Amino acid sequence: MSAAPTYDLGKLHGGLRLQANKSASTAQAIHKVPVPAQLVLPIAQHVGDPAQPVVGIGERVLKGQLIAEPDGALGAPVHASSSGKIVAIEPWPVSRRYGENAPCIVIECDGEDRHIERAEIPPAYDTLPPDVVLTQILQGGIVGLGGAVFPTAQKLMQAVTCELKYLILNGVECEPYISCDDALMREYAREIVGGAQILLHALELDSGYIVVESDKPEAIHAIADVLAEVSDDRLVLKQVPSIYPSGGEDQLVQLVTNLEVPSGGLPTDVGCLVQNVGTTAAIYDWIINHEPLIARVTTITGDGIAQPMNLDVRIGTTVADVVNFVGGYTDRAEQLIIGGPMTGKTVTTDRVPIVKATNCILVLSQDPALGPEMPCIRCGNCAAVCPVQLLPQQLFWYACADDEAKIRSYGLTDCIECGCCDLVCPSHIPLTFDFRMAKARYREMADEKARAERARLRFEARNERLEKQQKARDDELSRQKETAQQAGPEAIAAILKRKQQAKDED
Amino acid sequence: MITAIVTIALIALLAGLALSYASRSLASESDGLIEQVNALLPQTQCAQCGYPGCRPYAAAIIEDDAPINLCPPGGDNTVRRLADLLGKNIVPLAEEATHGHIVAVIDESRCIGCTHCRTACPVDAIVGAHQLMHTIIKSECTGCELCVIRCPVDCISMQSAA
Repeated sequence: MSAAPTYDLGKLHGGLRLQANKSASTAQAIHKVPVPAQLVLPIAQHVGDPAQPVVGIGERVLKGQLIAEPDGALGAPVHASSSGKIVAIEPWPVSRRYGENAPCIVIECDGEDRHIERAEIPPAYDTLPPDVVLTQILQGGIVGLGGAVFPTAQKLMQAVTCELKYLILNGVECEPYISCDDALMREYAREIVGGAQILLHALELDSGYIVVESDKPEAIHAIADVLAEVSDDRLVLKQVPSIYPSGGEDQLVQLVTNLEVPSGGLPTDVGCLVQNVGTTAAIYDWIINHEPLIARVTTITGDGIAQPMNLDVRIGTTVADVVNFVGGYTDRAEQLIIGGPMTGKTVTTDRVPIVKATNCILVLSQDPALGPEMPCIRCGNCAAVCPVQLLPQQLFWYACADDEAKIRSYGLTDCIECGCCDLVCPSHIPLTFDFRMAKARYREMADEKARAERARLRFEARNERLEKQQKARDDELSRQKETAQQAGPEAIAAILKRKQQAKDED
Repeated sequence: MITAIVTIALIALLAGLALSYASRSLASESDGLIEQVNALLPQTQCAQCGYPGCRPYAAAIIEDDAPINLCPPGGDNTVRRLADLLGKNIVPLAEEATHGHIVAVIDESRCIGCTHCRTACPVDAIVGAHQLMHTIIKSECTGCELCVIRCPVDCISMQSAA
């Protein structure tokens, strides 16, 4: 029996059916990881400017206390995940795409896990105007938990300026091994649906979809049960076939509404707002239970882990602590990946902390290296699987030639780096890696260009100012000369005489 | 006879008009070319090319046929782009290229507040009043090094911007 029909779905181009490898981690219920001795909280756990610490070394903090506040237009606050003492604010190894270390606030936990007293409990959200609810969400430190970690409040504030039609809750966890959203939907369906209702209220919408992949029957039943209980006819459950990468934001919109997000645009351009189910549950926790984002559900799995499972873990717990909790590594553990096998990042130390973005810790026995790279034979397999309908072979061609204009016209910036082309390439060309490098290269060049342009403007402004000053000086001099000439030689003689007299008197 | 003279005269007149028009349109073209060359230069305004800024160097390249390999901050990439734009041959840099994005840093404990560096900065990236400590606005510094030689107490050094 299927609780949700698969109906009027749009078609996704390309994609792959991958071996899921999820059953190992979903066999058990979510386990709660105890508070570790030390928490490491990076100040940049979101897209945008890093938050600024508002606590000092030696200060005692309580669980849920604000320790870094957003600085700049785009950002999210960071809260202490448990009570304890700040012992350091220093660079620490983290998992991120560029660079190895990032500034982190290190808390030595006192084990009491004492919660901060809230100054005042705000009234129920449905009695508040939508914009007040949005401001509340801003203070919860909530970011997109699907992996992009875009500050949720800013995403919502941008969305309310658009003409919205649907809220889409993303329960499509298409990447192999990762099962944290699946586990969350099974056990916290009530929170997810409650969060969806908060979002509908805040966005003044009356239509929302909860989209789940068809290979997650338990999650579908759990959500369907809660929906039947609350009987909110604004929310509809949809199931989609499990094809990687249907969980990508733009891909999901296309799958559910049959509308294509324009190149360089956002789902809001076609009237959709997509939120991950984990983010939705976090919004519920903050608005209803007044608990900021200080913990998340993370999958720890792979054949290098003794007991794969899903964990409810405090943000800032190090990977080493988490691995200890699940019984340590197996003898075969060789590679540590933060995130999934397709889009994750390999790290070289397990000192890295769990951050808001960490949806999976994957420990594998061997490097899934594909084989030696061979020349492109232009078979076109990559174009057939590309979910954004790009031509990876052409992009690769122009990336090798470093032809920026051509590679842009072939849509490099639309590449979502899903890695499908890598998998099907018979020549084992690391296409996604090459595209990522090309993107970084062009971003750097654009930065350089912007810097040069600013320098040019400042240089010109300075020259203009110096010219003006010079002209003012010249004008003043010629004015004095003119006055003197007009006064005639007698007046000049009189002035000189007066000066001489003054000197003589001295 | 008369027809021939008139025809030749007419052709001469037309050619003259066409030439004068061409000279005018070509003049504006070269002006545009200067801007295009200027856009390829790194705008450090360091004067290492021997001209008092990037725009004057761009003008010299177009008008006085100055070599295109005089810009150390731009490096080989700039030479390559200039050669592409102007249809010239790629030549090695006359001096060693500047590596990476560097900025000037003032050792503030040693600064005597003479304002010499401030007046030398081509992009107004130095702030500080007379006899008071100066500092550099890192985000605006182009790394031209013009302030370094002006400092009487040698308290300015160049560092990587990263």
